[in-house]
Amino acid sequence: MNLTACLLLSACLFAIGAYGLMTRRNFIAALMSLELMVNAALINFVAFARFGGGGAGAAGLNSAHDAEAGSLFALFAVAVTAAEMALALAIVIAVNRQRGNLDIRELDGMHG
Amino acid sequence: MGNLQVSLAGGATGHLACGILALPFLSFLINGLWLGRKSRTASGLAATFLMGATLVLAVLLAWQYWTLVLGNPASFPGRTALAWEHTWMTFPLESGGAFSASFGFLLDPISVMMVLVITFISFLVNVYSIGYMHDDKSAGRFFPTLSLFSFSMLGLVVAANLAQTFFFWELVGVSSYLLIGFWYHKPSAVAASKKAFIVTRFADAFFLVGVILVAVQVGSLDFSALNAPAAAESLRNSPWAAWFGVNILTLGTLLIYMGAWGKSAMFPFHVWLPDAMEGPTPVSSLIHSATMVVAGIYLTARLFPLFAAAEYTLRIVEVTGVFTALFAAIIACRQTDLKRILAYSTLSQLGYMMFSLGAGLPAAGGAPDSAAFTASMFHIFTHAFFKCMLFLSAGVIIHAVHSNDIRDTGGLRRILPRTYWATLVGCLALAGVFPFAGFFSKEEILHAAWENGHYIAFFAALATGALTAFYMSRYFFLVFHGPRFSAGRSHQDSHAPASASAHSDGHAADGAAGQSAKEMPSMVWPILILAVPSVIAGFAKNFFIAHVLPMYAVIAENGSEAGSGLPWLSPLATVLAVSSIALGWAWYGRKGRKSILGAEQETGLAKIVANKFYIDEGYRFLVRNVGNRLVAAPITWFERTVVNGAFDAVTAVIRGAAWVQSMVQSGQVQAYIGIALVGLLILARWGGLGL
Repeated sequence: MNLTACLLLSACLFAIGAYGLMTRRNFIAALMSLELMVNAALINFVAFARFGGGGAGAAGLNSAHDAEAGSLFALFAVAVTAAEMALALAIVIAVNRQRGNLDIRELDGMHG
Repeated sequence: MGNLQVSLAGGATGHLACGILALPFLSFLINGLWLGRKSRTASGLAATFLMGATLVLAVLLAWQYWTLVLGNPASFPGRTALAWEHTWMTFPLESGGAFSASFGFLLDPISVMMVLVITFISFLVNVYSIGYMHDDKSAGRFFPTLSLFSFSMLGLVVAANLAQTFFFWELVGVSSYLLIGFWYHKPSAVAASKKAFIVTRFADAFFLVGVILVAVQVGSLDFSALNAPAAAESLRNSPWAAWFGVNILTLGTLLIYMGAWGKSAMFPFHVWLPDAMEGPTPVSSLIHSATMVVAGIYLTARLFPLFAAAEYTLRIVEVTGVFTALFAAIIACRQTDLKRILAYSTLSQLGYMMFSLGAGLPAAGGAPDSAAFTASMFHIFTHAFFKCMLFLSAGVIIHAVHSNDIRDTGGLRRILPRTYWATLVGCLALAGVFPFAGFFSKEEILHAAWENGHYIAFFAALATGALTAFYMSRYFFLVFHGPRFSAGRSHQDSHAPASASAHSDGHAADGAAGQSAKEMPSMVWPILILAVPSVIAGFAKNFFIAHVLPMYAVIAENGSEAGSGLPWLSPLATVLAVSSIALGWAWYGRKGRKSILGAEQETGLAKIVANKFYIDEGYRFLVRNVGNRLVAAPITWFERTVVNGAFDAVTAVIRGAAWVQSMVQSGQVQAYIGIALVGLLILARWGGLGL
């Protein structure tokens, strides 16, 4: 297990998420894809914290402290994402009540 | 030139002069903004009162002028003074100097004479209008406009420079437009007002060009400077002469004369004046006597020394004048509309005045003759009274019979006795029978023409005089003598106020009973008052010969031999007039006149005359074929295709760009995400992120 493997995993997750976000017609599926992309980013955070980023600023810092900070940020972001999702699901329910379906391609009320 | 005009500003004269312009304008404001909507009676009374006050001021001013200026020839060699002057605009010249347009109040013989005539006639017309417009619901609109009309004409005649003249010239045009189209619910009135405005405006365009041309070359707009010999010299030697290919003096004066040509309705611009009859009769009376049409004569007289210096201008003035006089007199012999007969007689008399000014240059050459100028001004003076009276009388007749067709009248002598006598005086004055006013002024004109060697014009004017006597006797005998024509004729569109004709339909045809009540006091008194100057105004002849002279004329040189030269002229003119009247009586005063009147409209030449030589039809043809097809249609095409096409192309390009942009704004969230990702990749690769 090393940094490269972690980054590869993260990149794959991100690509899958992006693909899903752009292709799924169902609003909920799109949100799930979005969640995949967020989690890919979080994997990056944790991976860099665990294996060290090799960045210019990292040399002078305590590595144990770095690992804690990275995990902390990841946990923090998970909490924020959960809140976000709660909001997003509220919107999904409202949309479903109003329109009767959740096809994201039909939500084009903002077109020019 | 400076010492010719002495300023009298600040003194009593200046205050009087201010009042003469301020009171009619005040009347316009009060009646137009407030009183006219409250009560038409009060509006009429207020307008009449203010105009009466103006008349009093005018008399006082004339008295001041008489004592201060005319009685003091040593200080006022040009008989000219400025009551006040206020600079309005200043124009710099290329040569470094500047000239200014100012508002002033010029006092000289003709302006004082015109101020008296205008205020006197406007006052009487106001009095008359109280009765005439009594039943008209829109009289509250009538009186302020009438005041504006008088104000404009007063401002025009007292103008000390061409800028002020032009300003008031246009105001006269606008107010006449408003008054001719006063009954705007009648399509014919609307058409007539548009015709009057467009025809005079067309001529005014040339006038404005002429004013600019002359003013820039001379470097001044003041009449005292323009009439000075130096101005004519400067114009004649203008460096632009080569550029224009003609003498600037002739060109400039001709362009200015074009304005007078249209305003005074000389042929071929005469078409608007007979149609201007569509306005209320008091307006016609004012237009034909003191305001509007004499403005052209007045302008020509005002610039007489300058016109006389130009080679051809006065010749053209003479030709247009004498032709119009004869032409209109011929048409007047075959008209059947009361007011139209009078309108053509006005045209003919205006031709007389214009021709008289034109005859001011001796045919053999030499210095201009001020006697011709004097005669013209004298004719304006006398003509104003009797023509105003004739129109007011015609208004009474129209009020009484509710028609303005001469074939609906006849035998009105017993119904309208006072109008009968007044019209008789007016007709005799217009026909030029001794001792009525028209006799003296016409004789002066003929005299001046003969003395200056304009023999062809002289005989044409003599023939016009005979025709005038003929058609006025035709008018007179047809209207007042014999039995009533009206049986069987339908009463077509009356020019009397709409409400008046509405309640009269029942008893208009049977006629006589109760109609003498139509001679209302406020309508008859102005007529009777005007009869007095119509009789005696001619005796002012010697006063005019002594004092009414153009600027820069010296009394001693020209005044001496006038008025006594031709012993055979008065008998000849009188015999012609009396025999024409006798002919008129023989045709129209006796039995069988109905068949003569009927035949007038039918046979060849008479039909052409009755249709006014088809001038209106000719204009219509010109406008339709030349104006519309050759000018308006190509311009319309250019406007629609080229000008509008260019705008359409620009908007099409903008609309296309907007369409492309709006395509990006699809509203599809997923497309936005795709674009954002592509953007992120581009930034990552080339945006300096180092990947």
